[in-house]
Amino acid sequence: MIPTAFEYRRAGSVAEALSLLQEGGPEAKLLAGGHSLIPMMKQRLAEPGLLIDIGGLDELRGIQEDGGEIAIGAAMTHAEIAASDVLRAQAPIVAETAANIGDAQVRNRGTIGGSLAHADPGADLPAVMVALDATIALLGPNGERKVQAEDFFQDILTVDLAEDEIVTGVCFQACRSAAYAKLEQRASKFALVGVAAALSLDGGTCSSARVAVTGASSHAQRLSGVEGALAGASLPGGAADAASGAGDALDFVNEDLHGSEEYRRAMTAVFARRAIEAAAGRS
Amino acid sequence: MTIADGPALPKLIGERVKRREDPRLIQGQATYVDDIKLPGMLHLAFKRSDIAHGVIRSIDTSAAAAMEGVELVITGAELAEHLGPMPIGTPFPAPDHYSVATDKVRYVGEPVAVVVAEDRYLARDAADAIEVEYDELPAVVDPEAAMEAGSATLHEGFERNIAVESYWGGTGVNPETAQPEDDSAVDAAFAEADVVVSQRMLNQRLAPNAMEPRGVVAHYEPGREYLTVWSATQNPHILRTLVAALMGLGEHQVRAVAPEVGGGFGCKINIYGEEYVAAALSRLVKAPVKWIEDRTEAFLTTTHGRDLLGYIDLAAKNDGTITGLKARIIADIGAYEVLLTAMIPTLTGLMMNGVYRLPVVRHELTEVFTNKTPTDAYRGAGRPEGLYFLERAVDMVARELGMDPAEIRRKNFVPPDEFPFATQGGLVYDSGNYEPCLDKALEVADWQGLLAERDAARAEGRIVGVGLSFYVEVCGLGPSAVVPTGGWEHSGVTVERGGKVTATTGASPHGQGNETTFAQMLADHFSIPLEDITILHGDTSVVKQGIGTFGSRSQAVGGAALISAAGKAGDKMKQFAAALMTDQEVSPEDLVFEDGRIQVEGAPEVSKTFAEVADYAYVPVPLPPGMEPGVSEEAFFEPENNTYPFGCHISMVEVDRDTGETKLLKLIAVDDCGNVINPLIVDGQVHGGLAQGIGQAMFEEVVYDEDGQPVTASFMDYVMPRAADLPVFELDRTVTPTPINPLGAKGVGEAGTIGSTPCVVNAAVDALAPFGVTHIEMPLRPERMWRLINEGGQS
Ligand SMILES: Cc1cc2nc3c(=O)[nH]c(=O)nc-3n(C[C@H](O)[C@H](O)[C@H](O)COP(=O)(O)OP(=O)(O)OC[C@H]3O[C@@H](n4cnc5c(N)ncnc54)[C@H](O)[C@@H]3O)c2cc1C
Repeated sequence: MIPTAFEYRRAGSVAEALSLLQEGGPEAKLLAGGHSLIPMMKQRLAEPGLLIDIGGLDELRGIQEDGGEIAIGAAMTHAEIAASDVLRAQAPIVAETAANIGDAQVRNRGTIGGSLAHADPGADLPAVMVALDATIALLGPNGERKVQAEDFFQDILTVDLAEDEIVTGVCFQACRSAAYAKLEQRASKFALVGVAAALSLDGGTCSSARVAVTGASSHAQRLSGVEGALAGASLPGGAADAASGAGDALDFVNEDLHGSEEYRRAMTAVFARRAIEAAAGRS
Repeated sequence: MTIADGPALPKLIGERVKRREDPRLIQGQATYVDDIKLPGMLHLAFKRSDIAHGVIRSIDTSAAAAMEGVELVITGAELAEHLGPMPIGTPFPAPDHYSVATDKVRYVGEPVAVVVAEDRYLARDAADAIEVEYDELPAVVDPEAAMEAGSATLHEGFERNIAVESYWGGTGVNPETAQPEDDSAVDAAFAEADVVVSQRMLNQRLAPNAMEPRGVVAHYEPGREYLTVWSATQNPHILRTLVAALMGLGEHQVRAVAPEVGGGFGCKINIYGEEYVAAALSRLVKAPVKWIEDRTEAFLTTTHGRDLLGYIDLAAKNDGTITGLKARIIADIGAYEVLLTAMIPTLTGLMMNGVYRLPVVRHELTEVFTNKTPTDAYRGAGRPEGLYFLERAVDMVARELGMDPAEIRRKNFVPPDEFPFATQGGLVYDSGNYEPCLDKALEVADWQGLLAERDAARAEGRIVGVGLSFYVEVCGLGPSAVVPTGGWEHSGVTVERGGKVTATTGASPHGQGNETTFAQMLADHFSIPLEDITILHGDTSVVKQGIGTFGSRSQAVGGAALISAAGKAGDKMKQFAAALMTDQEVSPEDLVFEDGRIQVEGAPEVSKTFAEVADYAYVPVPLPPGMEPGVSEEAFFEPENNTYPFGCHISMVEVDRDTGETKLLKLIAVDDCGNVINPLIVDGQVHGGLAQGIGQAMFEEVVYDEDGQPVTASFMDYVMPRAADLPVFELDRTVTPTPINPLGAKGVGEAGTIGSTPCVVNAAVDALAPFGVTHIEMPLRPERMWRLINEGGQS
């Protein structure tokens, strides 16, 4: 790893991190787990002059449940999320998704805040957050701001986050009947296509659903056609039908060595079906 | 007379002795090139081409040179005054290839300038500050298009980008005229065949991906006029020879050291530009210099392997008898010929006889330059390609005829009484007994059971296939007639005071475990404990002579040299022992090594300890008449032929109907590498080989876009096999010793990569056969499989 020279500061608090961010200006970058940022610095695709390490900040840590609302601190690692009893019991989709990110090293370092802020088009957690209708909490010089996940992800590596803001955490309603299914890009293990489905079930019938895809397109987004088709559908039998048009409805679809546009569209339907079936099987 | 009452020492040859090298490797105590730090050491960074093909218009080094702490910035053209073009190790015509490009760049990653600086980060910053302007030329990417008139060409004097063209067939090439003799027999065989299969197949380009990238430290000591080069290489003695030659030094002025080397798989055979540059610049700046490759550089500039396109035709009779083979092979060798580049594809045709009686062959090979990283040896080096083409084609014939893939192979085997067996290509297989190996594989796999399992799975709507392959390969390279550097190996055995033993070997292990296997051999030879033996390697100042490690030669050639040197040392020990046994009339010939003693055979009461004899050898009072003091012997071993191990692999795969993802459910490998010194290490070699062979079948491929830009230059896109992708391998073996060396050992380093690749693809084709699929190109990408399931045909 031969990056350009940079200064490294370990922030003692979120407030300090915020002021360092202000001082540093465009040269400054927050460092959480480093598993998206450092690979880019290594290739000299990112050349920040100042790294502000927020990885160990207590204020950004913890997983709490309160009256059915679950909050996760931005600095929680994928491994910690995967191992959380609260999540495993009340939002198993989140723990399971985190458990299948990358490999053990990536999960031990990478954080949910970093994953959401970086917004790799193939990142897993963004789709899950959109499906759970999570709120993303941001802190900036002017105080706190909350953004719904579906509005947060805007384009490739582009989110509603100002240069001087920090993601402090996410919160969402507990939900057992939700599941995520992904086709792994075989080298990186990122999602070639990943779909998260969160269902409201009334016996075998779906009363409403939120379904989101990642990997297929520039950023995580809802599959509203599938959501519509699911309303009133009986599950799991109706999953395939509801999912069938999932891929065709996407405006923009990624294309690379690992999957053409056509393949990704087809896989969007396949993994939408799988996610819906798994979610329906969960109640 | 003393009888040492030490414990009885069990024989170690054939035992699963744990690798002695592992504790230091897994505890981070080993010394790799990057661990070497010398006082005053400077660091190199290379400015590399980011285009595939172009003429260098200008290089502006001023900003880089002005940086504080930058010692020197030098362009390829300037460096050419200090370093000539790099030597190659094959007799084929080759264009000049400078360590650093002088006028034209021919692949992404080719160096154009070098920085010497105080630290590695600064060196890289300075390299980034160098401005290069190119006149871009069209990139030559497709080897078939490269041969068409009108294609851009890489090298002057190599029309249509053709580096090598060779042809042999029928009754062979007339040595006088170098023209093919009458090969109408080939046409006749095909005309008379009941079935002919014809298939275009790509044996794709791979990146070797040694865990440790390359690296070099060079220290030229002015005044002493002596150069030391530490390098992550497979063959320090060849490095010494070639660096000395290019530097205008004698071999007596160069010491080459391969410290701990973290894997090579063939890519560290070549002596690279960076090694020559480090040596030359150390002399120029009068300081030690270091260069450590990063992973991106490894993908771009360390030699790639394979990349052979085959047009294969195989003819057979209705009963499955194979009657003829035609192979037209196009090797995409990349931008330059490096050490063994041009030779590797020639092995492919030679090995395409496989384990079969093959009445007639016609073999055409064209090696083509393209704007890609040069190719060279990669685990298997030529054999996996040939065996893949052949074993795929044999499978296709079996499918045409509705024959069991095991039975078509059995029908065509060279029978055991025909060994030594001369192939169409002029090789002589040393020994072989194929049918017991096939039978054992069928038994271990429960072949009939597997077929039934497959059919039952299909009845449930699953997509499952089974595949089989049978390979023969060539190991134990030499002899010298076929290895340009010499095909022998050297070893030294010294019995030290106190009865400990130090041995040296010119084989240069970088993961093979020779410190263990060679010590096992010496422990048995002298009947002393393993702990009393040290095996040294990898340093030309310690190991007097050597060739190195490639072509699965360490055991078969290096081991044979070791045993020869040990024999000489043992003879001398017995002479000293006999001289010590003053109260009896003992002849050295009556003595044997037994549990730490040297004793009269069958009379343990007449003995001396190994240690006391060793002590006597170094203080020989009185010196026995006619003897010199000490016990330090050496030997060269020149094999008279290669060895030809073989084996049968069987696999079962399942394909996901929705996604096309392929899962390898089973892999059974029954290999025959002759006598086995350490079954644990042999199994380890097979495991690693299987992972890489399966990696080729299922996962790996170096891809370039139409501009010659690499698309797979990191582990985020180049798919390496992982443990979780692989089933628990089921291994077994048969043992057919070789008569070529006294150990009867053939070599096993590459076997796994050779059998498994066609085996897995055969299983995948079997899985998709119900969809009308007859061939699948590697790797078995999910999308490719998904399209075949949905569209049928070929990919
Ligand atoms: C080999 C490998 C495999 C991977 N596989 C997967 C996978 O399968 N699925 C998947 O989803 N991801 C995968 N990842 C990505 C991994 O999950 C990353 O760790 C994660 O995306 C980023 O989190 P981080 O904590 O490492 O962020 P960092 O790399 O530290 O930061 C990433 C970016 O986010 C910013 N940032 C970080 N934290 C905050 C914050 N709290 N507020 C505002 N900005 C912030 C940083 O400034 C930086 O720009 C993989 C990564 C690697 C290296």
